[in-house]
Amino acid sequence: MSNQNARGGRDGRGTRLVTPGASLGASEGRRIGHGIVENAGQLIAVKLGALIENDDEISVMPSHTKYTPRPGDLVIGVVEAVQSNLWFLDINAPFNALLPMSLGPGKSEFGGARNVLNVGFSVLCRIQEVDETHSSVVTMKGLGLRRLDSGIVEEIPPHLMESLFSNSDVLKKLKSSTDCRIILADNGRMWIDGNTDSISDIISRIDKVRNLSRDFSSIDSMVEALQMEVY
Amino acid sequence: MGGYGDVQMIDENGIRMDGRTAGDIRPVLINAGIIPVADGSAEVIWGNNHVVAAVYGPMEAHPRKIQKQDRAVLDVRYNMAPFSTTDRIRPGFNRRSREISKVTAEALESVVLTELYPRSKIRVEIEVLTAEAGTRCAGITAASVALADAGIPMTDMVISVASGKINGVVVCDLNKEEDNYGEADLPMGVCANSGELVFLQMDGDLSPEEFQVAWDYNMGAIAPVHEIMIEALKRSNGGDE
Repeated sequence: MSNQNARGGRDGRGTRLVTPGASLGASEGRRIGHGIVENAGQLIAVKLGALIENDDEISVMPSHTKYTPRPGDLVIGVVEAVQSNLWFLDINAPFNALLPMSLGPGKSEFGGARNVLNVGFSVLCRIQEVDETHSSVVTMKGLGLRRLDSGIVEEIPPHLMESLFSNSDVLKKLKSSTDCRIILADNGRMWIDGNTDSISDIISRIDKVRNLSRDFSSIDSMVEALQMEVY
Repeated sequence: MGGYGDVQMIDENGIRMDGRTAGDIRPVLINAGIIPVADGSAEVIWGNNHVVAAVYGPMEAHPRKIQKQDRAVLDVRYNMAPFSTTDRIRPGFNRRSREISKVTAEALESVVLTELYPRSKIRVEIEVLTAEAGTRCAGITAASVALADAGIPMTDMVISVASGKINGVVVCDLNKEEDNYGEADLPMGVCANSGELVFLQMDGDLSPEEFQVAWDYNMGAIAPVHEIMIEALKRSNGGDE
């Protein structure tokens, strides 16, 4: 969903909220976006969310989403289980992702997976492949992909990532104003590293964004909340 | 269904023991998003029934034998709290709760787009805190709101209402006495927008004419409850009301 679309439909209290099953009129001449299906020439909302009508496209900005993995996505995973030659990572999707030892970090030997990555460790990785049943394999072979030993991981709704940070200035300003290192992952997770006060500052801003998101506030107001200095 | 004809539950003017007329439903209050840790949740206070539903997922289905390769499974658990009725209910699953869990899952599966989440599971927990007849109907309605609140894609929302017969008169939305001493009970689950029937059970005997009246009462009760559901979802998500 483009940023322009998102801005177009989310004007704060005036947002039209639709519930599953809501009839949205005839489908003729309209392009169907996210959260809408067509049945016998009629458009029907299938998700709870804000209705977005932009030119001839109609879609629903959902209130809640789960991350759907796509090959190439940068994700932050948390190790949930370890076997002799692979790890299971929680990537904020319905299914855990597999990290085979061959795609894991550095040198690891069969049976020694736990010495390299144990349960609870966070890692920065990339989606290698996704099959038709939504199972995914991730890789840590690539530039910058590594174990995250410091900092914290925060979450924001995955569908807001693209809209919030479509303008690279937003992230730049956030980094410069807090003097923190930040990595944005496509699965709605953010890695933040810096001094404690700065991290607390960013957490407060992200809390505000989450609250605004629940109220279907505009993307602009969320961007404003991200850039507003707390301390 | 006791069928005790000597208990007078409706007078000659058609007024029931709690002051309602034959077609009236009990007061309904719905709140969504009441459990912060759940992906979606709702509470339904329907007369003296108080039912809470929580939705978790979609998530990987465990054990693996319950996985469906082409769709998600709805894992519904209906449970009555031990303190929900005057007689203490033994904790844990029993025949009745298994039956209600099964029919609730089947009713909801007809609207949830399960094919979008193959091999996964959507967990729906329904807990009855206070029971006063019609808990399965309140449970299905609460689960439907909780699923919508969780952002699960659905083609419609299911609303369930029961009508029955007391002293030979068909009435809508039975209360405890009417359920205990009445002659028949017809709970139905209906899609709010399309009007499709997704769940129907019948206990006791109704003639074809009485069945038609009960059907009409149930169908008539769908719209007002649907309005309350929509208001609850809008309230919890900060939309306009």
